[in-house]
Amino acid sequence: MSPLYRYAILSLCVLALAGLPACKTMDTLSEIGAGVAVATGVATPQQGESIKKAGSAVGKTFEAITPEQEYYIGRTVGAVVLNQYKPLDNEAANHYLNVLGQTLAQFSDKPETFGGYHFLVMETEDVNAFSAPGGLIFISRGMIRCCQNEDALAAVLAHEIGHVELQHGLQAINKSRVTSALTILAAESAKSFGGQELAQLTEAFEGSITDITATMMNNGYSRGFERQADRAAVTILQRSGYDPNGLTAMLTQMKKQLKSGGHDFAKTHPSPDSRIEDIVKWVGPVKPVVSHPVRQARFQAAAGKI
Amino acid sequence: MIQIKQIAAMAAGLPAMLPARSATRLHRYAKHCGQAALQARRIALQAGLTAAVMMTATAVVTASAATMSVQVKEAPVRATPSFVGKVVGALAYGDQVEIRQTQGAWSKVAGAGVSGWLHTSALSSRKIVLAAGQEQAKVAASGDELALAGKGFNSDVEAQFKAGHKDIDFTWINRMEKIKVPSSEMQGFLKDGDVTPREGGAK
Repeated sequence: MSPLYRYAILSLCVLALAGLPACKTMDTLSEIGAGVAVATGVATPQQGESIKKAGSAVGKTFEAITPEQEYYIGRTVGAVVLNQYKPLDNEAANHYLNVLGQTLAQFSDKPETFGGYHFLVMETEDVNAFSAPGGLIFISRGMIRCCQNEDALAAVLAHEIGHVELQHGLQAINKSRVTSALTILAAESAKSFGGQELAQLTEAFEGSITDITATMMNNGYSRGFERQADRAAVTILQRSGYDPNGLTAMLTQMKKQLKSGGHDFAKTHPSPDSRIEDIVKWVGPVKPVVSHPVRQARFQAAAGKI
Repeated sequence: MIQIKQIAAMAAGLPAMLPARSATRLHRYAKHCGQAALQARRIALQAGLTAAVMMTATAVVTASAATMSVQVKEAPVRATPSFVGKVVGALAYGDQVEIRQTQGAWSKVAGAGVSGWLHTSALSSRKIVLAAGQEQAKVAASGDELALAGKGFNSDVEAQFKAGHKDIDFTWINRMEKIKVPSSEMQGFLKDGDVTPREGGAK
């Protein structure tokens, strides 16, 4: 590379970084990266152009992840959840959970996801529930025991559907990982991935999984995200015809069962009281759930014995 | 002067306007000409910054608003714009449909031999290309008009992940994905439990 090239590229980098507003930095960095790659012969001019375009798409971060890619992320997030929590091999309970859950999902703002919504009971006394991107939802036995009727269980599932619908999992992914994945994708062009590209993509993928599982299982989503999921749950319950008081009933019961300092919902979620306060604003004063006999009978048959 | 501009453009990563051999010749020429090199540096900076602004504004394909793609594996098509509507067919990933009418979050579509109502969450305004050629791959990189099926995080990446994490088991993930409740069972479930949806379902 001649001194002229080097000087021009280096100056461009310094000037661009110093002179552009912060929100443009992502675009700018890939512009520079693409320029350097072309000038050094790593990429053809055409590939350089692709990388730059990917850079501008990266500004949209998680929105640039297609439903198909969200599906693959969700599958692995789910597998990691099940690596920590054993699934409950109870066909009747899992089938009931899916009939209820998949029905509720039809009433969300996102009834259709790439692979659809699927539910599974985790065999643990911990009070916990997780939703992987795309619609794989896991509910612990401990959480089901916080529910005294179908309306309360519907509320738990609707809250998790809310997280899926609002793509809270994907938003936990560090932006730089999306950048690197899209850059590889752009440089890849029409040929299938070579070993090196696949390794790089897999690294970005692994990082994304870690970002999501760490947020979901250890740190918890923000208070704002939990409030949004509760709001979505109330909407789903109201549209479907379930009693939104099921959510407050479940939270009241959960308050009694949660151990402070436990490795479960208490650690990753706002206090039940603060959540109930919000729900009252949306649906009015708390009323007890009047359980329909058919609903109660099937709830007891499927979930009462687990 | 025009030759110096071309060198500047290349330095900024723009598609070369010259064959590589001519570029090398010009490059040598500039190297041996002190004053020209100074000018080239200045122009390279200007051209580079202008290019950075122009690149992000370039639209490559104009998508038609009336045509959309199915962005989920399979999507039920219904007789009426409602979850309780009878299922009259199904569309598959990448199917192109024409939008005839919209009502709330539902779209009346026609394409791939099926017509009826589809929930909008199953649709994308980007054209989904199942097997892309080189030109389409380039356009897809912008993320605005085209999406390539099977690119990025895909089954190959999942396989690679599995190879590196043998302790992580996907058996139950595959099992749970197979649990698909038919629409008729869902409606029977609501009816039996005396659960009455508001205005017939998803908005």
